[in-house]
Amino acid sequence: MSERKIKLATVWLDGCSGCHMSFLDMDERLLELAEKVEVVYSPLVDTKEFPEEVDVTLVEGAVSTEEDLHKIQLIRQRTKILVAFGDCAVTGNVPAMRNRFHIREVMQRVYEQNATQNHKPPMDGIPALLPRVRPVHEIVKVDVYLPGCPPRADAIYFVLTELLEGRIPDTAAITRFGA
Amino acid sequence: MAQRITIEPVTRIEGHAKITIQLNEEGNVTDAWFHVTQLRGFEKLCEGRPFSEMPSLMARICGICPVSHLLASGKACDQLLAVRIPEPAIKLRRLLNLAQIVQSHALSFFHLSAPDLLLGMDSDPKKRNIFGLIEANPQMAKDGIQLRKIGQTIIELLAGKRIHPAWVVPGGVSEPLTAEKRDAILSMLPEAKEIALRTLQWFKRSLENFRDEIRTFANFPSLFLGLVTPEGKWECYHGRVRVVDENGHIVADQLDPVEYQDYIGEATEPWTYLKFPYYKPMGYPDGMYRVGPLARLNIIDGFDTPLAEQEWVEFRELERGAVLSSFYYHYARLIEILHAIEKMEELLNDPEILSKHIRAIAGLNNLEGIGVAEAPRGILIHHYKVNEDGLMEWANLIIATGHNNLAMSKGILQVAKHFVNGKQLNEGMLNRVEAVIRAFDPCLSCSTHAVGHMPLHIQLIGPDGTLLDELRRD
Repeated sequence: MSERKIKLATVWLDGCSGCHMSFLDMDERLLELAEKVEVVYSPLVDTKEFPEEVDVTLVEGAVSTEEDLHKIQLIRQRTKILVAFGDCAVTGNVPAMRNRFHIREVMQRVYEQNATQNHKPPMDGIPALLPRVRPVHEIVKVDVYLPGCPPRADAIYFVLTELLEGRIPDTAAITRFGA
Repeated sequence: MAQRITIEPVTRIEGHAKITIQLNEEGNVTDAWFHVTQLRGFEKLCEGRPFSEMPSLMARICGICPVSHLLASGKACDQLLAVRIPEPAIKLRRLLNLAQIVQSHALSFFHLSAPDLLLGMDSDPKKRNIFGLIEANPQMAKDGIQLRKIGQTIIELLAGKRIHPAWVVPGGVSEPLTAEKRDAILSMLPEAKEIALRTLQWFKRSLENFRDEIRTFANFPSLFLGLVTPEGKWECYHGRVRVVDENGHIVADQLDPVEYQDYIGEATEPWTYLKFPYYKPMGYPDGMYRVGPLARLNIIDGFDTPLAEQEWVEFRELERGAVLSSFYYHYARLIEILHAIEKMEELLNDPEILSKHIRAIAGLNNLEGIGVAEAPRGILIHHYKVNEDGLMEWANLIIATGHNNLAMSKGILQVAKHFVNGKQLNEGMLNRVEAVIRAFDPCLSCSTHAVGHMPLHIQLIGPDGTLLDELRRD
């Protein structure tokens, strides 16, 4: 294994941040990981632009907005190993439950029925919702699937240590949808 | 030349947001907007699902505070059953809520904000994060990781899983607490208490380094709103609503949370997915109020545990009326962690905590249910309507962070005006604008149950919400 630190990125698209919280649930193992990885982009750090030549990116969340679509394509271009991190990224999961409804119905419920003033759906400088929420693999190629809602910290730790050793992990043995 | 600055994404917060700052020709700040850029639509996507699914479904609104949603949802479902849940179940749900406060506040303080507080607002962005903290002050980083771990482990012992556990069900909880687990939890608390006290001492000493931030971080008069016990003390599970003004005077008291629509309204604005709750008697936007740790410490008459009470008395001496600077949210959070630990000790030493009577069994008896509780970030409301088959027809969720939207918006303008100089921009200025948002500890995935960036992005959106055309410009 090379001496340089592995460049790790984590991203949340349309998720709940639970997978990231499970990442933090590695607890003291984070201290150990900090010696071997450099976190180059993440909601937890202050980098504003996704960098080039990232070794591993954990992608939490489904693809829900125009911005998510743009982001995931950029991430795929700049990443060697892309991990669909958690059930929303793997299958769409809860965010995809809005797919049964037209966006207009969602906007009406949230901003017209459930507002007492102004009653207008927002659309000024914020990313448009896609007509249907998609899992990551429908947009870009995924190298590793890590299901779970969220995947347990042990499973995340296993995947990272395997990748650090240069192996593509078999996640079916350690986690599943809805875990 | 007039310019617009975009901070995107806002980092070290939960969820998706960007901030735009408008400068005039002289390079002075004239306006600022806080844009929340995601929406999942929980108020709609739950339609057609059986109400018994709601606690677990609603937990997925947020991975930091799923317990809050479990509880508010559970309480709404209790109303659909028309039951008063057994006293031991209330104690167990309360215990879960307290454990969550410990882990969520620890995350906010140590993992998200301590990099600013310890390394400095102007420090190297590459190091200004939890990993940089591990290098610069391993003791503090370990404390933070350990405190959060204790909170999460207690949740796991009570509810079976750290994130998105089940356990809270309509009518109570699904399993009683065993003596072994009770003992295991009790054994963790002394260390948690030490960490909380140690961090409070450190924080109070460090306040003098942040005079500018204290003065300008969303420091203005506002109402404060939250739950209190019948005696006016700090409450997180049950209680009634109290509203207090900037002088610390009570504006409204012991309001029924179920009647929230009488006093809380929600407005929309075009530039953000997050709605703007406001105090109805004062209208929009004058009815701005704050919720969460700072607000709770302002509305209460005290804590019913000794160490927290002592710290609270000292805290309230910061100002004659209510404590107004949002920088002090960080301070309030630490005091709440301390109280939560003391209160958990008290609950666990109560023999009733091991009772087997932890669930009221009933069928559907009401077609409408409202559940209100205090989440770490503020008051949380779940309101459901179901049909005769128990399937969801409608939901209204007003979520902790959302209540702070008006205050956060006003806060970023205040900080931007003070720190951002358009003629000589530096990174630390922009970090401070983000830092005022971090003080509120927003949970934006919650509140909007709704990479490379461009300062100007025009989208042509059709009436059905589809994107017809767009222009981007650097």
